[in-house]
Amino acid sequence: MGAIAIREGYGRALAEYGQVNPNIVVLDADTSSSTLSSFFATRFPERFFNIGIAEPCMVDVAVGLALGGKVPFVNAFAAILALRAMEQIRTCVCYARTNVKLAASYAGLSDFKDGPTHHAITDIALMRALPEMTVIVPADAAEAARWVPIVAEYDGPVYLRLSRGSALPAGNESLPLEIGRGLTLREGRDVTIVATGTMVGRSLLAADELAKAGIAARILEIHTIKPLDSELICRAAAETGALVAAEEHSIIGGLGGAVAEALAAGYPAVLERVGIADCFARTGPDPESLMDAFGLAVSDIVAAAQRAIARKPRVR
Amino acid sequence: MAISTSSAYHSDALLSELAERARELRLDSLEMIHRRGAGHPGGSLSAAEIMAALFFHKLNIDAARPDWPERDRFILSKGHASAILYAALSRRGFFPREDLPHWGEVECHLQGHPDRLKTPGVDMTSGLLGHGIAIGVGLALAARMQELSYRTYVLLGDGECQGGIVWEGAMAAAKFRVSNLTAILDYNDVQLDGAVHDIMPLEPLIDKWRAFNWAVLEINGHNLRQVLEALDTASEIHGRPTIIVAHTTKGKGVSFMEDRSYWHGVAPNDAQFDQATAELGRCS
Repeated sequence: MGAIAIREGYGRALAEYGQVNPNIVVLDADTSSSTLSSFFATRFPERFFNIGIAEPCMVDVAVGLALGGKVPFVNAFAAILALRAMEQIRTCVCYARTNVKLAASYAGLSDFKDGPTHHAITDIALMRALPEMTVIVPADAAEAARWVPIVAEYDGPVYLRLSRGSALPAGNESLPLEIGRGLTLREGRDVTIVATGTMVGRSLLAADELAKAGIAARILEIHTIKPLDSELICRAAAETGALVAAEEHSIIGGLGGAVAEALAAGYPAVLERVGIADCFARTGPDPESLMDAFGLAVSDIVAAAQRAIARKPRVR
Repeated sequence: MAISTSSAYHSDALLSELAERARELRLDSLEMIHRRGAGHPGGSLSAAEIMAALFFHKLNIDAARPDWPERDRFILSKGHASAILYAALSRRGFFPREDLPHWGEVECHLQGHPDRLKTPGVDMTSGLLGHGIAIGVGLALAARMQELSYRTYVLLGDGECQGGIVWEGAMAAAKFRVSNLTAILDYNDVQLDGAVHDIMPLEPLIDKWRAFNWAVLEINGHNLRQVLEALDTASEIHGRPTIIVAHTTKGKGVSFMEDRSYWHGVAPNDAQFDQATAELGRCS
């Protein structure tokens, strides 16, 4: 893939936006050369704070900076940020509603080479359960860059989930980004694939495959897991009758869980979930083949769509 | 070195006024905890002189402008001593004293532990222990970046020093040389399950803070002259943060509560409340 990495799209955009907004401060936990907050650090060293390998402390320091009127972007590996600093995030960011932005890099399986200790496959579930939290998952590097000013200018806690690597292009450059508003990337009436993050590009390929079999799949990109665009999802359920949720995350509690909740409350419909099947993954040679090995292949999305269509209630 | 705090430049009038304030804060705290049937008397009473010195002398705050950007900041890291914070804030005029008896009611702004969004004058939400120092570092950095002269004060409990986040924050404070951060440790040596030195010893505690590159002042936390002078001295120390290690007595001022872990988080019954207030000298 020739596209730049999602983390690089984010890192470069953060440094650019730092020029526009002098209130932006950036913190990292000894991973700036990995998260690529280093671009900001190089350009604005007086507004960059390296806290060392102490993610809970980093979040609390960011809370203090936010209380003092700054807009802190906290950078770390998603697995460590979402797990080790969870109490800080729950109490001092969400409950105290401080204006802290959590940039969670290396999410999903994207840290393929470091193995399951470093994979983040439960972070969406954890973060979206927190009151006051907004959870955003960009689909590619260009989209990650576009979110930086939006996240910075939104007043409140945000969890911005970023991949280490690149993703297949989502092709959404012409569509406006707005927190809480999903994007319809492709129209279709037979089935709806609701995708987030790196699974958006894969879902577009799955739609191409399905089209060859005469199946018109609607593709919804849900970049904001919370607040969820339930209206868009329920309308798709009404119009297509079957859905697939696709995410680089556990099938429990992430996008699939959120979509299931929305459907149960708004428009009960058939749903198949594509995600990591409630297991720990393994170390892999590259992110793409690791995703393929753990149920996230294009063919897995295609198969899920076909299952969902087969499960549609028959019209009497 | 323990920095000497021996020069007597605070007037006797100020000291006796603050002593009376401390007595009022103790009585308010016990009354609130007794009325509610819940709260933490021991750690409220141990902090009374420290809170009186801060809220009635040292802190540059204005009840008419609780969000004034240049105000001094106060974080009650030992958030379970919320009763004495609420007593101090109400007596400083941040909200009516009539609110105090409603503490803990669903409609009342006064939460079990301090909530910055609900109670005027509370600079930071607290309750789960350990966060004060690290958050204080962020506030101190923000002040420095904006060239504002406010100071950030953090009142720390001894039990919470058993948790790693306190020391992560201590390292960060030293790295960034936030001399506009003052921590005060209410070192009463008693926690919920027993004596701190039995549950998980902190000693040598002065050495620990020094090893973390903090300036350390050691005082008797019930001696108002020492409390005031330490707070003043901390403002004059440059290039590093300061911690005032204040030796205190848990439940100070009520004979049957003193040094007893039982009174960490138990409300007195009617008879105990009457005895406690009699010992403290009932007042308006």
